[in-house]
Amino acid sequence: MINKNFFFKGYRSTFTHDSPAIALTCCFIAIGALFKNLGFNIQESIFSTVLTYALPGSLVMAESMLIGASLLNIFLAVWIVNARLYPMAVSLFPLMMHRSQPKWKYYFSCHFIAISAWLIMKSNYKNIPKKHRIDYWIGIGSATVSVSVIGTFLGFSFSEHLNKDMMLGLAILNPVYFLCMMIGASKTIPVTLSVLFGTILGPIIYLFSPEWSILIAGIIGGTLAYLVGEHSVS
Amino acid sequence: MSANIVYAILVTSLATFLSRFLGALTSEGIKETSKLFKWFNCLAYATLAALIARTIIFPAGVLVDASYYSRSIVVFLSLFVFFISKKNFVYPTIFSAICMAIINNYI
Repeated sequence: MINKNFFFKGYRSTFTHDSPAIALTCCFIAIGALFKNLGFNIQESIFSTVLTYALPGSLVMAESMLIGASLLNIFLAVWIVNARLYPMAVSLFPLMMHRSQPKWKYYFSCHFIAISAWLIMKSNYKNIPKKHRIDYWIGIGSATVSVSVIGTFLGFSFSEHLNKDMMLGLAILNPVYFLCMMIGASKTIPVTLSVLFGTILGPIIYLFSPEWSILIAGIIGGTLAYLVGEHSVS
Repeated sequence: MSANIVYAILVTSLATFLSRFLGALTSEGIKETSKLFKWFNCLAYATLAALIARTIIFPAGVLVDASYYSRSIVVFLSLFVFFISKKNFVYPTIFSAICMAIINNYI
């Protein structure tokens, strides 16, 4: 089963001094308030946070519901926005694969892939023995989902007390936190260039193709960064 | 629970889980030292950076109410705080929220 030591080590890593817990809580406070304004009840709001656990996807669902989109439209819109989770999974799971671990752990824990958990794991995996990385990852994922649920509950409960300025403050917090985390993670040439190219190309491609901009920018920027990185090594 | 909302949540979670699950499934045959893994690593970082840049420049949700200039000022000042605080993640994050509320109110 799950190794408790590494599970709790992963769980605690979410609450370190430079933890994403504060940013995550604030983001999900905003989501909780948004859900309440959309007419969700508390069970539906928490159900959505636990099952989806991806901020952009939740925002797209909320916007789609506001304009009365069909379920198929919601599915396609969310799938396109969250397609970024595919390369994130492929660039993380090989680091955790171990023959002695059952496959269900990997299939179950892929649900925890989100920017915050992914970045925490990427910066800490070298300190964890490969055999136990999956348990450590499940700990990180459980902690970030718990924090998200608490944030959603707080946002839903106190939505009447959140004015426009407070909501704006909560909304800017998320991109700023992740921008800082991405810059902090830029320690090699390929990663630094990936972050740089993605930042430049994302908004430019959005002008031509809003729906596909993130994926196209990711593929072009990432491939360019990879090629430059390989060239510099050789 | 309203049936429409529950269906929307289920459809959203299915669409989200699909990418995650396919990623976990595909990665079974990929070694962490392979070129394919390195390429996917670059794709993941570039995609995330594109998402963050798009969220700041072309936001969705409540951030639309803040002007482009106020968003840019907040991000640049927060990055300044990030670098002077020796790359601490918490200080610029808290600073950004307070700064945005102040700028949006008084500027």
